[in-house]
Amino acid sequence: MADDKLIIAGIEFSSRLWVGTGKYKDFTETKRAIEASGTDVVTVAVRRVNITDKSKENLLDYIDPKKYKILPNTAGCYTAKDAIRTAMLAAEAGITKLVKLEVLGDEKTLFPDNEATLEAAKVLVKEGLIVLPYMSDDPIMAKKLVDIGCPAVMPLAAPIGSGLGIRNPYNIRIIMETVKVPVVVDAGVGTASDVALAMELGCDAVLLNTAIAGAKDPIAMAEAMKYGVLAGRLAYKAGRIPKKLYATASSPLEGMIGS
Amino acid sequence: MAFCVLSPGFARITANMNITLNGEKKEVPGNLTVLGLLEFIKIQSQRVAVELNLEIVKKDQYGMTALKEGDSLEVVSFMAGGS
Repeated sequence: MADDKLIIAGIEFSSRLWVGTGKYKDFTETKRAIEASGTDVVTVAVRRVNITDKSKENLLDYIDPKKYKILPNTAGCYTAKDAIRTAMLAAEAGITKLVKLEVLGDEKTLFPDNEATLEAAKVLVKEGLIVLPYMSDDPIMAKKLVDIGCPAVMPLAAPIGSGLGIRNPYNIRIIMETVKVPVVVDAGVGTASDVALAMELGCDAVLLNTAIAGAKDPIAMAEAMKYGVLAGRLAYKAGRIPKKLYATASSPLEGMIGS
Repeated sequence: MAFCVLSPGFARITANMNITLNGEKKEVPGNLTVLGLLEFIKIQSQRVAVELNLEIVKKDQYGMTALKEGDSLEVVSFMAGGS
């Protein structure tokens, strides 16, 4: 698997499991979970610096940007305008040109506003950012985003934080057949089998946060996710047997006693 | 954008001024640049990004961008956050 590298916009990713940094108990737990996951990509939010309480520690003191690829997101943005502002600020912070573009349409589902996402993506691609858009599991939307210059697409498995796993594997497959860029399943997975399934489908990577951070033992779940991705990817590359309705014996029929 | 024309009432240069910083009104010394402000509020400039009146200020412009009364700034950084 050493030669099985994921490359997006010329950037080589050593892990196909991408991990968020939200919802952990503290930065020590964040660091341990990220290490256990084996990832080299972590997502971060772009937020106002706390002016009044500067005693608060900085995430980047725990997550070394030299060791990990930092993927800033535009989480919490509900308009193209806010997402563009946030993404441009993220780029100006000077660590990366990567951005996970997220324009939400609704607080209850956190489903993406695909129209606004496309609008923001157009602007950000022109500004020279490497735009990885969070989107519905919609092949037409995926094509539109790739057409305007997104080097990968990130369809959701299920609503953010829901843990439901891939709700529509057929759409994910159609997306992979529709676009010729990497497909990263983003959001909604719950456990290791969910990420294994995503990888078995042929997805290029999985991005998750809550499934690890919200587990009873986040460190153990991070490790489980690591193996889920590895197992799923290996199974995909190995090529599974076709499904059949009836049995096919594994043992030879010759030489059976009493025959 | 980079340079601000000083108002004729030059006494204001050293008087305090009011700005909006990350959504909150704040009174700061009147002759600050963006870099001066970050030093004043004790924020390391390397890891932040700054928006002044909705325009991003490039890092190499921090020391040359003078602030004026009524300016609105956003100073952001990377925080824990998910997918």
